[in-house]
Amino acid sequence: MSVQAFLSEISHTDPTALGRKDFQTDQEIRWCPGCGDYAILAQVHKTLPELGIPRENFVFVSGIGCSSRFPYYTNTFGMHSIHGRAPTIATGVKVLRPDLSVWVVTGDGDALSIGGNHFIHAMRRNVDLKILMFNNRIYGLTKGQYSPTSEQGKKTKSSPLGSVDYPFNPISLALSAEATFVARGIDVDAKGLGAVLERAAKHKGTAFVEIYQNCNIFNDGAFDYLTDRKLKAEAELRLEHGKPLRFGLNGEKGIALDAQMNPMVVDVAAHGEDKLLVHNEENAALGFFLSRLVAPEFPTPVGVFRSVTKPTFDGMMEAQLEQARSKSKGGGVQRLLDAGETWTVE
Amino acid sequence: MENSTAKSTTTFESVAIRFAGDSGDGMQLTGTQFTETTALAGNDLATFPDYPAEIRAPAGSLAGVSGFQIHFSSREVHTPGDEPDVLVAMNPAALRANIADLRHGGILIANTEQFGVKNLERAGYTSNPLEDGSLSNYRVFPVDITNITLRAIADVGLNQRAAVRTKNFFALGLVYWLFSRELTHTEQWIQGSMAAKDPLAAEANLKALRAGWNFGDTTEMFAQRYEVPKARITPGRYKNITGNEATALGFLAAAELSGLDLFLGSYPITPASDILHSLSKQKHLGVRTFQAEDEIAAIGATIGAAYAGGLALTTTSGPGIALKSEAMNLVMMLELPLVICDVQRGGPSTGLPTKTEQSDLLQVLFGRNGESPIPVIAASSPGDCFYTAIEAARIAVTHMTPVVMLTDGYLANGAEPWKIPNMAEMPRIPVKFHTDPATFKAYARDEFLARPWAIPGTPGLEHRVGGLEKANITGNVSYDPNNHDAMCRLRAEKVARIARTLPPCEVYGDAEGDVLVVGWGGTLGALRAGTERAREAGHRVGHLHLRHLNPLPDDLGDVLRRYRKVLVCELNLGQLWFLLRARYLVDAVSINKVQGKPFKEAEIARAIIEHAGSKA
Repeated sequence: MSVQAFLSEISHTDPTALGRKDFQTDQEIRWCPGCGDYAILAQVHKTLPELGIPRENFVFVSGIGCSSRFPYYTNTFGMHSIHGRAPTIATGVKVLRPDLSVWVVTGDGDALSIGGNHFIHAMRRNVDLKILMFNNRIYGLTKGQYSPTSEQGKKTKSSPLGSVDYPFNPISLALSAEATFVARGIDVDAKGLGAVLERAAKHKGTAFVEIYQNCNIFNDGAFDYLTDRKLKAEAELRLEHGKPLRFGLNGEKGIALDAQMNPMVVDVAAHGEDKLLVHNEENAALGFFLSRLVAPEFPTPVGVFRSVTKPTFDGMMEAQLEQARSKSKGGGVQRLLDAGETWTVE
Repeated sequence: MENSTAKSTTTFESVAIRFAGDSGDGMQLTGTQFTETTALAGNDLATFPDYPAEIRAPAGSLAGVSGFQIHFSSREVHTPGDEPDVLVAMNPAALRANIADLRHGGILIANTEQFGVKNLERAGYTSNPLEDGSLSNYRVFPVDITNITLRAIADVGLNQRAAVRTKNFFALGLVYWLFSRELTHTEQWIQGSMAAKDPLAAEANLKALRAGWNFGDTTEMFAQRYEVPKARITPGRYKNITGNEATALGFLAAAELSGLDLFLGSYPITPASDILHSLSKQKHLGVRTFQAEDEIAAIGATIGAAYAGGLALTTTSGPGIALKSEAMNLVMMLELPLVICDVQRGGPSTGLPTKTEQSDLLQVLFGRNGESPIPVIAASSPGDCFYTAIEAARIAVTHMTPVVMLTDGYLANGAEPWKIPNMAEMPRIPVKFHTDPATFKAYARDEFLARPWAIPGTPGLEHRVGGLEKANITGNVSYDPNNHDAMCRLRAEKVARIARTLPPCEVYGDAEGDVLVVGWGGTLGALRAGTERAREAGHRVGHLHLRHLNPLPDDLGDVLRRYRKVLVCELNLGQLWFLLRARYLVDAVSINKVQGKPFKEAEIARAIIEHAGSKA
């Protein structure tokens, strides 16, 4: 029985009746108390019922690591797979079943270290996947080694004298891999994260969301520079499409270009608002430029870096199948068996 | 072509011909054309292409020699033949690399134009073997193939480089004449396929082909022609098929018989890539092919497709299996249907990519962490790949398990005449997706111990699976020691129980006696032929060829004990042998080699006779 025939015989549940409780499971959550993952889980459970998709049409695929326990706590179809490979499995699900909403939940080690290859190839292909990468800049489940996003010099169990690895910039990497939707959210910023998740969910194509997530056991306070209430206004740059890049308590600071095309922080009143850079989600170069704004020299951009539309891998494959079917002479496999040079023995 | 002149014709039962030349000389095409013509003439046949790993090794070098052997007969053919009766050597390197195999008294046709000082040196000759008497054991026919061809096609107006390339068709025409073959099939192919791409080259090749035939007919060098009468073959419609083509068709058939959508996730690798090529062309049948970024992604996407309700297939060779092993273990744990097709090649590591071997058996059986039972079945001939593929798919979806299908480079590229199957007569593969939420338990089991296939999109069946150990029945994560013990045993029993659905062992030849020859996979032909020879010599010999390597057939132990000696013949250093000794405590003997080449019929016959003669 083909999937299409099977699906034509069943009726989907009503998505409008869904609430966040419908996405919770009866499994005991095994993240450490105080882990940033709880806040992200809550935001996802809040976002999913608002998408108008029947619950049975969601698939969550994860790899290995703390973040990858996520499917057990979300009442959809889910697979806790193997380290780094979630994007490949999700790709297969989506290619066979474009009718499904397919999500990948991963971490900085899972996505960028062991799974780095699959990560960039999923983006290059623009498979219609939502990839949520929880970035805590540490290996949590293996109890505290430096990760590919740990800052250089970080002292951990496996780098007692300080790590000599240069870290990845995940947003730069995703943009360079041609992701069509790239955004950043923060675990404790419920509102901002919710908005980014909803846009990612509605994007047609690979949507990558980096979520800063505090590991209160092995890397506590890694994002305090950004999330501390007193520092937040100065440290965070909210990205809004079509709006000038401003930050500070009253938006008194902005980002402009200097004569060498380097970013500089300016006083808006002194510099003039018309000379600030204006965010444009469709400008690839600007998106990359913004991804290079790194603390402490610059405020950290939060929100959507890039959002453009182009045909998806799964969509184009469906189109090829449709085209081939329309030209088919029929006859199924027997026609192929009978084709070519044949002879008859009497 | 008109009938030949007054030259006499001798009839042979069987002939093996090897075409050998530089890898740019078109030997594979020449061999394929001769094969098709021979099949149309009604012979039984088997072929063996043997080409270098390098796409273009330096011209004239030993590394660049490409060969194609065809064995055709008026009786049943089991192998491409031990020793060719005819060798066509297009240059000194081809001669040097192949002459040791030519039967004493056999025919050597050599292209003299290539036997200049430079090429002789490249092949490692210090003097010209065509002239120094070193080939006195053979009937040597030195022919200036290049120059005669160039003269024959001079008026076509090809440039020198393109003109020289037509010489393989001259050689083909000459061999067609020698074996009393019609030119019609090749003429039609040139005028059709080739002319569509390059009309000028087609015209030249047609002339070269006819020039070769005419040369044989008119030159005084050849006084004799040969013929091999038609074979007695089961009536029906036939075509030539390679193992890789048959494998692709088998999975297409399995998709049609099950109604499932076929998904292939693959990464290019020799000698498996042709399956990817074949299936990529079948989008009109709803086939999705995904060329992944690596071997792991290839099986990863395939796991996704299995989870989502497709007929999931990944194709690879030994090195790819090594990369896929963690993912294979995941599918085993998820208990989803998925076929891993391993077209084995010479290992270890990169090994001998274009040569054949059977050395992945223990890897696919045991090369994973933990207790990881996965069914393994092996195809035994190019055409058998079709039926093996269908069976692999049937086991996968019936028993909800990954299945490894083993073929090898010899089967993949070798061809045989194949009776075209009738889809309407083939049994369907029943598939049932679970629907009822009330009765749904992700790891509940049926009579085969198979769990339900619950695909995304089915209301009320939302559930989580993964690589962590599962609680029996519910499938929830469980670290309970007794549950883990029970689940490991359940998964093993599930695979073991497949044996209940298998037919009893079928032994060819004597049902008991001196020697039982046991083999598996692509060695079928050589083992059968060797067995026949030993039986003709008066020994009581049986041949058992195993298709199912995990689980092994239930009656195998009994069969092994009916013979005084058990010879396990494999193209590895004794992998099945090791398994049978461990499992059945039988003092079996290993007959093996790892030369990248198939067994010869004579090697097997010799081994059988030697062991049949000695008292245990």
